[in-house]
Amino acid sequence: MKVGVVSFPGSNCDEDALLAIVERLHESAVLLWHKDHDLQGADVVILPGGFSYGDYLRSGAIARFSPIMQEVVAHARRGGPVVGICNGFQIACEAGLLPGALLRNVSLQFRSMPVTLRVETTQTVFTHAARTGARLTMPIAHGDGRYTADAETLARLEGEGQVVFRYIDAHGEPTEAANPNGSMRNIAGVCNPGGTVVGMMPHPERALEPLLGSTDGLVLFESLLTSVKA
Amino acid sequence: MTTHATPRPGDPAITPALVAEHGITPDEYDRVVAMLGRTPTLTEIGIISALWSEHCSYKHSRPVLKTLPTQAPWVLQGPGENAGVIAIGDGLAVAFKIESHNHPSAVEPYQGAATGVGGILRDVFTMGARPIAMLNSLRFGSLDTPRVRYLVAGVVNGIGDYGNCVGIPTVAGDVMFDAAYEGNPLVNAMCVGLLREEELIRAKAEGVGNPIIAVGARTGRDGIHGASFASEDLSEENEAKRPRVQVGDPFTEKLLLEASLELIRSGHIVAIQDMGAAGLTSSSAEMAERGDVGVTIDTTKVPVREAGMTPYEILLSESQERMLVVATRGREAEVKAILAKWDLVAEVIGEVIAEPVYRVTEGDRVVAEFPGTRLVTDCPQYHPEARESEAAIARRTRDVASISERPEEIDPIWTLTRLLEAPTIASKRWIHRQYDSTVRTSTVAGPGHADAAVIRIRGTRKAIAVKTDCNGRYVYLDPRVGGRIAVAEAARNVACTGATPRAITNCLNFGNPKKPEVFFQFREAVYGMGDACRALETPVTGGNVSLYNENPQGAVYPTPTIGMVGVLEDAAHATRMTFTTTGDAILLLGEPREELGGSEYLAWIHGTVAGAPPACDLDAERALTGAILEAIRAGHVRSAHDCSEGGLAVALAESCIADETSPLGAEIDLSSWATLSRRALLFGETQGRIVVSTADADAVTAIATRHGVPVRRIGTVRPAADGLSLQIGTTRWTAPLDQLADAYHGAIPRAMSRAAAESVVAEGAA
Repeated sequence: MKVGVVSFPGSNCDEDALLAIVERLHESAVLLWHKDHDLQGADVVILPGGFSYGDYLRSGAIARFSPIMQEVVAHARRGGPVVGICNGFQIACEAGLLPGALLRNVSLQFRSMPVTLRVETTQTVFTHAARTGARLTMPIAHGDGRYTADAETLARLEGEGQVVFRYIDAHGEPTEAANPNGSMRNIAGVCNPGGTVVGMMPHPERALEPLLGSTDGLVLFESLLTSVKA
Repeated sequence: MTTHATPRPGDPAITPALVAEHGITPDEYDRVVAMLGRTPTLTEIGIISALWSEHCSYKHSRPVLKTLPTQAPWVLQGPGENAGVIAIGDGLAVAFKIESHNHPSAVEPYQGAATGVGGILRDVFTMGARPIAMLNSLRFGSLDTPRVRYLVAGVVNGIGDYGNCVGIPTVAGDVMFDAAYEGNPLVNAMCVGLLREEELIRAKAEGVGNPIIAVGARTGRDGIHGASFASEDLSEENEAKRPRVQVGDPFTEKLLLEASLELIRSGHIVAIQDMGAAGLTSSSAEMAERGDVGVTIDTTKVPVREAGMTPYEILLSESQERMLVVATRGREAEVKAILAKWDLVAEVIGEVIAEPVYRVTEGDRVVAEFPGTRLVTDCPQYHPEARESEAAIARRTRDVASISERPEEIDPIWTLTRLLEAPTIASKRWIHRQYDSTVRTSTVAGPGHADAAVIRIRGTRKAIAVKTDCNGRYVYLDPRVGGRIAVAEAARNVACTGATPRAITNCLNFGNPKKPEVFFQFREAVYGMGDACRALETPVTGGNVSLYNENPQGAVYPTPTIGMVGVLEDAAHATRMTFTTTGDAILLLGEPREELGGSEYLAWIHGTVAGAPPACDLDAERALTGAILEAIRAGHVRSAHDCSEGGLAVALAESCIADETSPLGAEIDLSSWATLSRRALLFGETQGRIVVSTADADAVTAIATRHGVPVRRIGTVRPAADGLSLQIGTTRWTAPLDQLADAYHGAIPRAMSRAAAESVVAEGAA
């Protein structure tokens, strides 16, 4: 498997995502420069976290216009796997690869803390190897993470199994107290109708080693392996 | 030699009033005239006012700073560069530095704090190091006042927005609240970076004919005279100096970071320096002085944001996210190409010259010219009078044992609960949850988990531990002892995580040095730091002095903030502060004494800052550090937490409840020290003590004894439902953990939600 990680100006989790693939999965990965038009033969594209172009207009709003994004969108249209993490999720929404939008956290503050997620579907390239209902703990670190969509879109997402992750509490329930940013229906991640494009606010690449406190992100990256090699 | 410079058309006449307005004393002005052999131009007056400001020149502090130890085999770069550097083995090194942004943060907390973070980041990456961790040491007045809550919210937001965007984890720090900081908050930012030893680059101009290049953001009219602003007391008029505060752009900083590291590794440049305080002036003059070469700069070549800027403005602007680079002649195109890749500007603005002169031109007109490096070296040094204030002596010598207990203190759990909600002690989660602490996937122990933050070093087994610390009350009450404690406590914190303390950076926050009582505090505190640095083998690798932290109501507590770096040979040894396992033995290393002076207990429960601060026995501290490190490395320690503000009882409570997700109880018996007063035993701040939990009490006891450290088993870790129980003699008190946790975790959010409610009201009214 070869993974391409896009480096936008202002990306700051691109190296973390690259190292996750190379050091933890022992697969190959390359950084894809935002000014290029070449995916370098990547099977999977990761849109990493950060503050692309400073996010001064609106998170992800400028990144979607960069040259590399034209290739990423074409790759996604061909059914190629794309994973957007944090700012990458925001970019994927802005680029129309995923429904909905990420608004300012309801607290109006940045939130950096561990959260617990429930896997709502395994029918995606990023959750294939997980178990439905599995609880995963990993960090969030964002200011604009409040998932928002209109009622019709939400109904469709729920009906078609496109809600991938929800924030839950210690009892496994998607309560308001467990919701770190005010996301509708505690949604932490969604996918496109085919399950080939997945976006999520939490950072699975930060939960791959016991030394760093959690290995719960591994199953998600391993899902990419089975998705690509299948 | 004589120098030549021509006034610009329209420059005002150089009058005593104009000189005074620039903060230059008549004696200093005479030195300038003698140096030049003529009347200086306005541009030259501006340059002198910046470079001879306290902030840039250290004119009151340097003679005292020279007494600090700066050498050790592992020190690769000591004071005098953008940042200090120490070797950590495996060919790797760590660059680190702390710096203040107190004055800007007092008038514009968001931008003041944000640009403080930006400046310290640049100091570290200009050494060739990639920043890997940020810390912040903050001091505010009482959270009871709306103004302080506004400052806290703004400073925290500014730090978070800047560091989060650049993508450097903010992992540790320290925050204290005391009315002494009411008008002058302290905002000290520290950055730590990693480099290979051979990548180390210094800011030393070299090579006649080499081009000098301005890199990064364009120069605007913001922050002019920031360095001079930081060198005077704050007053009502300072609100009007808000334009002297710069505006930060973390996105440009991120690009500049990547471009600078690429530039350094390209081999096309010989030196690089941040255009920080006093901007182009100080960066160019200091690079020339270090290289002992001449430089010439043409201000018309500097990329500017707006037309019509004068040389004076261009030289003194503190616009952010700019660098000054000396490149190898002939490589200009390569340098520009690297900057262009990152969408940044690079323009040749001058060159290194053989003639020993610092020259500024505006096109063909020479507007400033100084002989050799005397612009930097001729700044006078002062040896002000030092005398301890009667007020401080009176406070220190007060008999605090005679302060009678409040009726509620009959129940020590009441006192403990009140102390856990004191903002200085309470959980700082409200603050650090606004900082990204996990980006870069190397944070082994982040904020609130251990006595210091632990960051692993990729590609090795190693990790580093980092912490800032200083109790300004102790320094106020006894500057020499307080200075020792600041270093000793930072070392103890780092050692509690399993790291050998290696070196410090410091940020010396004091009042007006021309006042004898302030200079006394400064001198004695630095001597105290020096004592501890020598004893603990943690030399000083650099830092920053921030004086004039005072307003008409008075000066801040003298606050020499210490930024300590330690090294763990094995990241797996990283040890946290919270109990982990029911049934573990709880041991106390070190011994309680009858000491209440300067304690948070007296300040928070009795509203009194008085008494002698706890004694600091540096031999005992050294033995303690050795013992805890050996016990951790032998694998015997499950948790380690030092006793600081709030004393032993607060340390025990924190070990029970600091980790909200898995609290544990403890059954404690302190009868061995029943002869001490109860409040000194529970809440006194005797130094040199660590609470340890272990599965092998005998092994830890043997190690401590071998190091000559007093050690005693004081209890056992229990399930959370058992709470924290404390026994002295025949009396036992038990606190439910949820009561303690609510006080500890809830205090600051409750205080700050009042602030949110106020701002809603204010907006509604507007």
